[in-house]
Amino acid sequence: MSILYMLIPIAVLLIAGAIWFFVWSVRTGQFEDLEGPAYRILMDDDDPLIPPEARPPPRRPDDPGR
Amino acid sequence: MTSNTPLVAPDSAHCFHCGLPVPANFDYRVRILGAERAMCCHGCQAVAQAIVAGGLERFYEHRTTVSQRPEDLVPEQLRRLDLYDQPRLQEGFVEVDERHLKSASLILEGITCAACVWLSERHVRTVPGVVEFHVNYSTHRARVRWDDSRVRLSEILKAIAAIGYVAHPYDPGRQDSVYRRERQRALRRLAVAGLCSMQVMMLGWSLYAMDYDTSDVTDMRAFLRWVSALLTVPVVFYSAQTFFVAAWRELRQGRLGMDVPVSLAVILAFVASLWATVTHGPDVYYDSVTMFAFFLLTGRFLEMGARHGAGQAAEALVRLLPATATRLRDGDAQLVAVAELVPGDRVLIRPGETVPADGTVVDGRSSVDESLLTGESLPRARTLGDALVGGSTNVESPLEMRVDKVGDDTVVSAIVRLLDRAQAEKPRVALLADRVAGWFVGALLLVAVAVAAWWWPIDPTKAFYVTLSLLVVTCPCALSLATPVAVVAATGSLTRLGLLTTRGHALETLARATHMLFDKTGTLTRGELRLHGVRTLAPVTRERALAVAAALEQRSEHPVGRVLVAAGADGLVATDVTATPGEGIEGVIEGSRYRVGKPEYVAALSGVPVDLGEEPAATRVVLGDERGLIAVFVLRDELRADAKATLRRLRWLGVEVELLSGDAAGAVEHVAKELEVKSWRAGVSPAQKLERVRALQAQGAIVAMVGDGVNDAPVLAGANVSVAMGSGTQLAHASADMVILSERLENLATGVAAARKTRSIIRENLLWALLYNLVAVPLAAVGWITPWMASIGMSASSLVVVLNALRLKSIAR
Repeated sequence: MSILYMLIPIAVLLIAGAIWFFVWSVRTGQFEDLEGPAYRILMDDDDPLIPPEARPPPRRPDDPGR
Repeated sequence: MTSNTPLVAPDSAHCFHCGLPVPANFDYRVRILGAERAMCCHGCQAVAQAIVAGGLERFYEHRTTVSQRPEDLVPEQLRRLDLYDQPRLQEGFVEVDERHLKSASLILEGITCAACVWLSERHVRTVPGVVEFHVNYSTHRARVRWDDSRVRLSEILKAIAAIGYVAHPYDPGRQDSVYRRERQRALRRLAVAGLCSMQVMMLGWSLYAMDYDTSDVTDMRAFLRWVSALLTVPVVFYSAQTFFVAAWRELRQGRLGMDVPVSLAVILAFVASLWATVTHGPDVYYDSVTMFAFFLLTGRFLEMGARHGAGQAAEALVRLLPATATRLRDGDAQLVAVAELVPGDRVLIRPGETVPADGTVVDGRSSVDESLLTGESLPRARTLGDALVGGSTNVESPLEMRVDKVGDDTVVSAIVRLLDRAQAEKPRVALLADRVAGWFVGALLLVAVAVAAWWWPIDPTKAFYVTLSLLVVTCPCALSLATPVAVVAATGSLTRLGLLTTRGHALETLARATHMLFDKTGTLTRGELRLHGVRTLAPVTRERALAVAAALEQRSEHPVGRVLVAAGADGLVATDVTATPGEGIEGVIEGSRYRVGKPEYVAALSGVPVDLGEEPAATRVVLGDERGLIAVFVLRDELRADAKATLRRLRWLGVEVELLSGDAAGAVEHVAKELEVKSWRAGVSPAQKLERVRALQAQGAIVAMVGDGVNDAPVLAGANVSVAMGSGTQLAHASADMVILSERLENLATGVAAARKTRSIIRENLLWALLYNLVAVPLAAVGWITPWMASIGMSASSLVVVLNALRLKSIAR
């Protein structure tokens, strides 16, 4: 049981860390927009990295692959 | 994503981009996502092409609603954007950082879904020289940072315009930073309370278990209590501070609101727990304190979000007056910032432009659309010597104006001032929970004093603990949650219906509304003219008559002309076309001379007198040639399809309905008759509307106002509760408590019904909280309540309140 005398203070320190971390994220504006990021993740952001000439031909809507 | 979301793709009769019907005679097409898609206008086509060309086609896969029809930006308007490059104009809204990068805040119009954010960000970031472009989806604001040596601000704005959005810079100003600080503070408080309450709960669980442990745990218990105390300190002294401040304010005003019992419970429970920790007393309540604070802060945070959203809409007011004007000096036309205009300046206003200040026409003849300011649905003719109001739109032909009043002296500023005052003087309807709370706290304090007095002679130490457990067990958790959870549940389901609640009190006040006042144009009607009927007076077909009229009106900017062009098939070409502003158009088609326009004007061509009889609330346009009249087109601003049913349902709910309109008496009377509304007032100014509301309020009525225009803004702010149409102006949104986003008026009646149901749920919740307390108080008073019982009792009573409120989720069905 005496291990708790060490573990619980460590937990308190972790909480302090978590609060600091949250305050930091608020200060850097990460909570400004609570709706957008939820959608943002659904939109692929990587295709412009592929040069246009190397891009696969446009797929057709009736393509069974989608 | 692609496989399970259906493509938002209107059928081929509707524009693929904006979803509006494609006129029969149009053939604009763009190849998108492997198929030819129909477009309704040149603007949509240009935007769709720009999107495809930019490799951003996938926008059409991701979007969840159709896009807004882009404003047709003519080269003239694009050139106006150049003005934003002038250093003098930029002073107001541009910041320069140490690396000489400039940054500005933009308001983005036309953002309808998250895919718009994706599209605009991706598109603008490809502009060379743009360092950063970030769109906030919640507020529709964007932040742009650019390198002025490589790209100019106007080019960025044009890039945004190319994909169909309208961006204009604004000065974030004081309001924005106040909101930002308030929001960040609330988030920090919430985080501290949330994280600490979880830890304290965990320790609390061990403490409860120890009550049943037979081994010696005195040291461990003391240790856990001290750690709990340590974790509770930031919650009480930081997170809960907001309750103390509000409670102190209430007490100073001599009221007992909800914040007083909340603060009292937090402080007493904390002090009692601390005392028990120091003296090894029986009970601690740290877990209750932290949980309680966390729950309440969550509710307040949600409420704050809604309030800020409404407030930010007010910023868009800057859009009402244009940023630039064309000043005429020594025969030279010169673009200047509106702020630089002084009385006496001569200004040129081209068709489609907004009048930059109040003034008088000195040259030209045109019609001016003042619907935004007055509610008058049709443009009015303005000629030499007539007054022009800043904020109205020139429709037909160029006007030259002498500026009479600028800045604070203008009519628009006066309306804004009226709005500010109405908002400040808005009568508050005392909320049920507040009234109950005052009564409850008073009673509770009396009982506590009585209990303490009773136990004191018997056992002084016990007296202290019994009184404390009494105060904690009656902790007004259920009582203070009763209203917020019900309101949050109801607003959630109403939002899904398309009725947005922006202020916390709106539902409760709406439930008690006795009178509902409606604006006419844009609220009960659609706010746009439609072809209602065609009467032919000569042996021609309806189609032929429309085609001739459409050919004549082809280049017209007048709303009537646009309607006729959209209705008629093309194929005919008019030559030798001359327009007489405010009267009509003359032209030659297939060798015969025609006129379309006002009856008198058309009749003058043939000399045959006209007598069309009376037809209120309709605009009549006549087509004629040299032999006589050919056809009469009847145009009307049609009533919304659900207007009549909505008003009937409202009357059935016992709400008095009244019509207040700035429009002419004939039109208003006609609408009133059609809707079976007995009381109506026509030709009322914003100030008179407000007076009417005040008069009703003085008689004890609780007034709800529904409107859409700038002219409605003050009265919306002054009514007890107000609803704005989603298609209405930003200013109306900002001053309203609720917004009908779905454009379906019937949601208003649903809203009233929902509000009443919410009120009855709130009553049930309050009743339950009181009943719980009536049982708990005697038990605590005789000293039978142990901490775990108090905890279970508290949680259970809160749970019942929450579950009861969740019944409101199904309100929409």
